[in-house]
Amino acid sequence: MREFGYQRASDVAGAVALLGADPDARFLGGGTNLVDLMKTGVERPARLVDVRELPLDRVEMTAVGGLRIGATVTNGDLAAHPEVRRRYPALAQAVLAGASGQLRNMATVGGNLLQRTRCGYFTDVTKPCNKRVPGSGCPAVAGEHHNHAILGASDHCVAVHPSDMAVALTAFDAVVHFETANGPGELPLAEFYLPVADTPHRETALPPGALVTGITLPPAPTAANSRYRKVRERASYAFAIGSVAAALDIRDGVVRDVRLALGAVASRPWRAVEAERVLTGAPADAETYAAAADAELTAARPLPHNGYKVTLMRNLMVAVLTELAEEAAR
Amino acid sequence: MTAVTTGTPTPTPSVGTAHTRVEGRDKVTGAARYAGEIPFADLAHGWLVLSTVARGRIRSVETAPVLAMPGVLAVLDHRNAPRVETDYTGLMGSKPDPTCAVFQHDRVPHLGWPVALVVAETSEQAREAAEALVVHYEQQPHDVDFTGEHPDAYPLDSHMPAVTEKGDLDAELAASAVVVDAEYTTPEEHHNPMEPHAATARWDGGRLEVIDSNQGATWVVGELASLFSLDPASVRVRSEHVGGGFGSKGVRAHQVAAVMAATVLQRPVRVVLTRRQMFSLAGYRSPTTQRVRLGADADGRLRALEHRSLSLTSTVHEFIEPSAGVARVMYDADAHHTANRVVRLDVPTPTWMRAPGEAPGSFALEAALDELAEKCGIDPIDLRLRNEPDKGPVSGLPFAGRNLPACFREGARRFGWADRDPRPGLRRDGRWLLGTGTAAASFGAGAAPSTATLTAHPDGTFTVRIAAADIGTGARTALTLVAADALRVPPERVQVRIGDSDFGPAMIAGGSMGTRSWAWAVTTAAGELLDRLALGTGIPPEGITVRSDTTAAIGALAPAERHSFGAQFAEVAVDTATGEVRVRRMLGIFAAGRIVNPLTARGQFLGGMIWGISMALHEEAVRDRASGGHVGADLAGYHVATHADVPHIEADWIDDPDPRDPVGIKGIGEIGIVGAAAAIANAVWHATGVRHRSLPIRPDRVILAGAPSA
Repeated sequence: MREFGYQRASDVAGAVALLGADPDARFLGGGTNLVDLMKTGVERPARLVDVRELPLDRVEMTAVGGLRIGATVTNGDLAAHPEVRRRYPALAQAVLAGASGQLRNMATVGGNLLQRTRCGYFTDVTKPCNKRVPGSGCPAVAGEHHNHAILGASDHCVAVHPSDMAVALTAFDAVVHFETANGPGELPLAEFYLPVADTPHRETALPPGALVTGITLPPAPTAANSRYRKVRERASYAFAIGSVAAALDIRDGVVRDVRLALGAVASRPWRAVEAERVLTGAPADAETYAAAADAELTAARPLPHNGYKVTLMRNLMVAVLTELAEEAAR
Repeated sequence: MTAVTTGTPTPTPSVGTAHTRVEGRDKVTGAARYAGEIPFADLAHGWLVLSTVARGRIRSVETAPVLAMPGVLAVLDHRNAPRVETDYTGLMGSKPDPTCAVFQHDRVPHLGWPVALVVAETSEQAREAAEALVVHYEQQPHDVDFTGEHPDAYPLDSHMPAVTEKGDLDAELAASAVVVDAEYTTPEEHHNPMEPHAATARWDGGRLEVIDSNQGATWVVGELASLFSLDPASVRVRSEHVGGGFGSKGVRAHQVAAVMAATVLQRPVRVVLTRRQMFSLAGYRSPTTQRVRLGADADGRLRALEHRSLSLTSTVHEFIEPSAGVARVMYDADAHHTANRVVRLDVPTPTWMRAPGEAPGSFALEAALDELAEKCGIDPIDLRLRNEPDKGPVSGLPFAGRNLPACFREGARRFGWADRDPRPGLRRDGRWLLGTGTAAASFGAGAAPSTATLTAHPDGTFTVRIAAADIGTGARTALTLVAADALRVPPERVQVRIGDSDFGPAMIAGGSMGTRSWAWAVTTAAGELLDRLALGTGIPPEGITVRSDTTAAIGALAPAERHSFGAQFAEVAVDTATGEVRVRRMLGIFAAGRIVNPLTARGQFLGGMIWGISMALHEEAVRDRASGGHVGADLAGYHVATHADVPHIEADWIDDPDPRDPVGIKGIGEIGIVGAAAAIANAVWHATGVRHRSLPIRPDRVILAGAPSA
């Protein structure tokens, strides 16, 4: 692997300054994805700016009753935090559904948002990939894609975003905070990840050189009745082939509020807006759940070998909504 | 001279009693050094460069820019590498795989073919330079498509004949009341031992010395001596600790490349494979397409049995996965036809992988038996018991013990089989459908000639020297117990030294033959040593040493069908809405001769059974048709069972004595995986009513198969 420089930042402004406008420099969080990519040559930074020591490692209540989560909070600490478990159980479940205990103790919240797809073509520098080398082509479209996108993809890239955490955060309207040389900024998570279009190499709306400093979650009473279900090809330590983060508030047999986001179906965590529209105000029954799932999946464009995901996601949405409704009724 | 202190019977025999590994503390504290981490003065590091095309010729290699990179010492490729000799037959009875005879020509027969070695002062420099090396190819169209109907397939003999046929198959099928005719497929599977392949080569006083991670020092010495036209006595291979082998650790490209570089540079050179390189260079299990036709009377008695298997090999070397061989041991029929065929494609050469032949073959055959049991309305265990042969179905030889019925009886009792409702798709636990399944297992119990040296020391201790390999199986400990009993001393007084070709020729750790073969040599030597000591002449300071060679004894063994047997049981839970399949419990009962160390034996059985879970549900290497190479060739992309996938799982064994056998030990390295995938697949049918005939039983396959109609 390429030799690289290593610097450790002690404050946010210093970290941003150290990175500067250097396109060959990268922030290093837990390194659980970046270091792997450096070993395989996908990433070849000349310089790493280690941000793990930054004072961004706290989970705090906001004045309005939401949560602010620092960018260097580890996945392990996030999942174990009592307020996360109480107010946003699907978020804790999502984090715990990812990786392994060792990885969660290293991986950071900021790094989790910015992790790269595990598409086997992206991670192999001997193969073409529009995300890695723009214009080189996407062999997954005609090749191996049984775990690739069914929603929001393009002919240029059909890779899926690997994060579990981000799926739950998407359901709960998280906002990403960042720092640049020109000062701080923020982006709703719904706008944080860019559509694939013909620029799959541009993954986020973060300005160049920006450092993710944290996430805020607005207060969401519905989130207290939430859950994350992840389906994968083995019981642990595998990326999702489909996942659902859902929160459901039912009053008098009618869906009053619902949050629904899908994982492993698109280049970004997928907020199921169409399904939420069908559900809101409708009777909380199996028919509604199925109609909502079908509405969301109308836009699905499966490839020859991932059509099962349409069935899987339909089944999964219905199953999770049904379980939440049953639990709320108890 | 010191008084002799042997001859007193030990209070309890060591064999049959659980013993922790003699090197266990070294391993868990890191004191045990593996091949890639033993320090050498003046060590240089080689890094292999693999082809990025699946077929073609090397047009040019741009070595000059790489030679100018920091620390780079040399670039070896087909233009400047030492020539090697490949016209010989090795210990395994075959010519060398040309994949190991690196850099001899410009042809590229598969993606991931070694095209160059970059040697540098540090491993990092070598890797960076290797990845920067530009190789130009003249690319040719490739064929990596493995299909059951490939027109170029042909039968291939291996350690067994390709084809066996007796009886009129069509007539017996026509006369059968019940017929099963099904095709089963298994994917390309990789061994991926935890410790990657690693070798360090150096010339030391005119001798070639290789520190290696292998399954047999004798094997590797023989291959390296032949390849480099050296006297075997001038080559020494050591392999003290090995972090798993599973069939993949014979002679491979990295050892040969390391020897070449050490020869050219005249300094020690180490070559270590990356995980991704192992997917191309370490061998693998071929995918198989198997057709099984069974015809039976209404009572389940087999009239016709046909098992045809197709596997693949490379264009440069013939290797066959003999999956149809298992039927030649397991079941007889009036018409009995088996055939192993192979097709050559532009892919790396496959090799032995845990239970070669039996693992995929038992999946097809034992799943077909389950289908036959369903069609006949007979319990799957009863069906097997009704078809127990009294002699080898093809060989006609007597069985040297066949305790399969006892395994089934004990397994059925402990698993609670008697209460099983045979109808599928009936049992539920919340979102999970539940089912149970069973399958039979067998694996050969062979032995191969080995030598051992035993020394009695004046202080009453003994040293055993044998070129055995402990690839994680606990062989070192097992041989300590065997030697202790043979010498009638406690194991604390025996030191077993292994993994050194200078100890003399010995069998490899493979084919479930290692412990049986080595124990034979050790016991023989111990007997001779006790005879010498009984003369009472005392032990000189240098000790008394005897050497054994089992070649003649093994040659004198009466021909027989010698196998271990077993019965596998599994309970699974299936969510047909999400496609998830989880194994809830497993039980394996084995008849595997004398069990030397119950502690490590249990680990061996369980390890095989867990691999069976992986085989049934997870493992699959995906080859990309366009490039001809893998996609996701790492342990993130290639799934094996995690702890969370491993349920309540038990392995045990029944008494399986063979008084006529000189050692009584059978191999246990492979039988644990045999039948395990079939038991799980049969349980998935019992849960859902759907037959899954292609492994792995992935969620997408379960989802597409739909929910049970019941």
